[in-house]
Amino acid sequence: MYKIVTKTQLVPKINLFEVEAPDIAAKARPGQFLIVIHGQKGERIPLTISGYDAQKGTVSFAFHEVGKSTKDLGKMEEGQEIDNVTGPLGNPSEIKNYGKVLCVGGSVMIAPLLLQAKAMKEAGNHVTTVLGARSEPFIMMEEEARKYSDKVYISTDDGSKGYQGLDFLRELLQKEKFDRCVVMGPVILMKDVSAITKPYNIPTVVTTTPIMIDGMGMCGVCRVTVGGKMLFGCVDGPEFDGHQVDFDELILRQRTMLPEERLSSVLAEIKGGCKCGRSKA
Amino acid sequence: MVEVKPKPKLNKKAVEMAKQEPNVRNKNFNEVALGYTEEQAQEEANRCLQCPNPMCRTGCPVEVPIPQFIKCIKEKKYAEGIAVIKTKNALPAVCGRVCPQESQCQAKCVIGKMGEPVSIGRLERFLADWERENGMQLPPKAAPTGKKVAVIGAGPAGLTVAADLVKLGHEVTMFEALHVGGGVLSYGIPEFRLPKAIVQNEVNYVQKLGVDLRVGNLVGRIHTIPELMKEGGYDAVFIGSGAGLPQFTGCPGENLGGIYSANEFLIRVNLMKAFQFPEYDTPIRIGKHVVVIGGGNVAMDCARSSMRLGASVCLLYRRGREELPARHEEIENAEEEGLVCKFLAAPVEFYGDEKGWVKSMKCIAMELTEPDAKGRRGVKAVPGSEFVMETDTVIIAIGQTPNPIIQRTTEGLQSDPRHGTIMVNEVGKTSLDGVYAGGDVATGAATVISAMGAGKRAAKAMHEYLMAKK
Repeated sequence: MYKIVTKTQLVPKINLFEVEAPDIAAKARPGQFLIVIHGQKGERIPLTISGYDAQKGTVSFAFHEVGKSTKDLGKMEEGQEIDNVTGPLGNPSEIKNYGKVLCVGGSVMIAPLLLQAKAMKEAGNHVTTVLGARSEPFIMMEEEARKYSDKVYISTDDGSKGYQGLDFLRELLQKEKFDRCVVMGPVILMKDVSAITKPYNIPTVVTTTPIMIDGMGMCGVCRVTVGGKMLFGCVDGPEFDGHQVDFDELILRQRTMLPEERLSSVLAEIKGGCKCGRSKA
Repeated sequence: MVEVKPKPKLNKKAVEMAKQEPNVRNKNFNEVALGYTEEQAQEEANRCLQCPNPMCRTGCPVEVPIPQFIKCIKEKKYAEGIAVIKTKNALPAVCGRVCPQESQCQAKCVIGKMGEPVSIGRLERFLADWERENGMQLPPKAAPTGKKVAVIGAGPAGLTVAADLVKLGHEVTMFEALHVGGGVLSYGIPEFRLPKAIVQNEVNYVQKLGVDLRVGNLVGRIHTIPELMKEGGYDAVFIGSGAGLPQFTGCPGENLGGIYSANEFLIRVNLMKAFQFPEYDTPIRIGKHVVVIGGGNVAMDCARSSMRLGASVCLLYRRGREELPARHEEIENAEEEGLVCKFLAAPVEFYGDEKGWVKSMKCIAMELTEPDAKGRRGVKAVPGSEFVMETDTVIIAIGQTPNPIIQRTTEGLQSDPRHGTIMVNEVGKTSLDGVYAGGDVATGAATVISAMGAGKRAAKAMHEYLMAKK
């Protein structure tokens, strides 16, 4: 059992958990992920590591409450225990002094991105961080971003804060030269940023978040086409060359269980008591 | 006149074991074979001739004293009978169900020469089930040796090694990457062939013997083998990490939705209990027309599970019926349940709809070639014989290879570059001192009992190594 030491709500529906897991904390590195199981009938949920403290024996992860499993997890409180946390899985990020690094993060993946930004900063890089979200209330961890970055840009889909969309990135790349770009966020963001950096030949690393079950190479559901080759997100990744990933396929593959995910979510809400006035089934 | 006492007539037919009816069982995940009653077990046990020089035992990879346990059944000494089995086999409830007895112990039974051999597997299962209902007894344990052993993987090989070594007085820790023990018994073999409560019971038995099972612990990521031996203080390590890496066909369109590896499909259905979705959180999406590619036991498990989830299933196998590697019993069961087989055909390409879900596949007819020097017949495609099949779910069951994580994180551990298997000698010793391996990780995908046999031999060699080590 893995005790929740701290629970921090970053923005509505996105929580950061710090859990006791000394074995994992001792080995975790930026870029790796965990499999979290909550409840005896729970799914295996893959979540990217957002922090670790070997001395304290804790590891942190952020998650977005989108489906039944993450909503259930979001109801857990400090002091309660999670059934199973397995990790660290996947290959760590390549951290070294590249020179100027551009870190782009969107939504819940900003949390693990900042872990990498911090490591890049500590490795001697000049770090520019872009925080992206739908709109102002969903911009998270701005303060932390400023702590680990030399420059921070904010981008929202609706323009309610900072720049609207990603057009400013094109202008930025015309003015400044970057030696490496790291993108973590929704697939569409990784796809767009990779397309923007490609003409400038900036090596761009994306963190794929395909559907996973075991997370250790067994099931193959996380297969991703990279440079025309079939690779596994869990053991070959999760980070890949953004200029080589077939993002359109990845998007379709992420949606393969959508009807089931929705059903599960709706049923859980009904069970929890909905507001339709009918009694519980 | 001397009156000759008539010899009791030997019944050439084995006592049948009751099964669920095909049209009932293909709609549920309950166990298909229902086991012997006490009377049936008695009757079948009485067919055993109690050969003084039993051939059956030579057919058993773990050398279970077969006539002795059958004698116990005849005498209704069931507790004694199960104890006899457990001197050699820690997982009789599993082996009684999934061992290919027809090609092992039962193939050697002398009665088999005049009729049906004694149903050794069914009798083994009878005793194991009796024990589960009547309480488990623990065998005696040797005095502590002070030696520590790490076993990687809680599947058939690992459980066997762990049970054997803990009984010999060693301190055993078992590291399991998944969140439950059992390995392929939990994630691979379906509920209707091997109920998970029974697997859990066998894992519990090994834990009760004193083995410390740590689940959710992936060796290679948390601890490497060199770390376990240097910092963890383990005197020896056994690698039984199985063959978990799925193989794909390489045909275009294979990444479409609705195309599962056998592993993904079975992990969802068995380990994560997707057949009980949405009560359990993990879903499985299955269409109406499933094509299973492959012809082994895993393919049969996928096909039979798909039928139970409501689909009609076609098995696509590139060789002929005679060449099917699956157990006869499994093929028979599957066909009774409604499986349609398409032999001598292989996939070429998969086509999807606008949402990226598979809708049809192109196949090509195959023909068998002349046997090679080893007598194995190859296959080749028949030019111009392509045809298209409608389908909405494809399951690829063409084999698994060992997971590479341990090989990649253990310096000096020699593995076969082509198959990814860890190289071992006849007792399971690897290229590293004190490190042994066995089961699918050393042989490539094989059977539960062959993994247990390898575990048995490795445990013996490890015990000798540990006792000789200062």
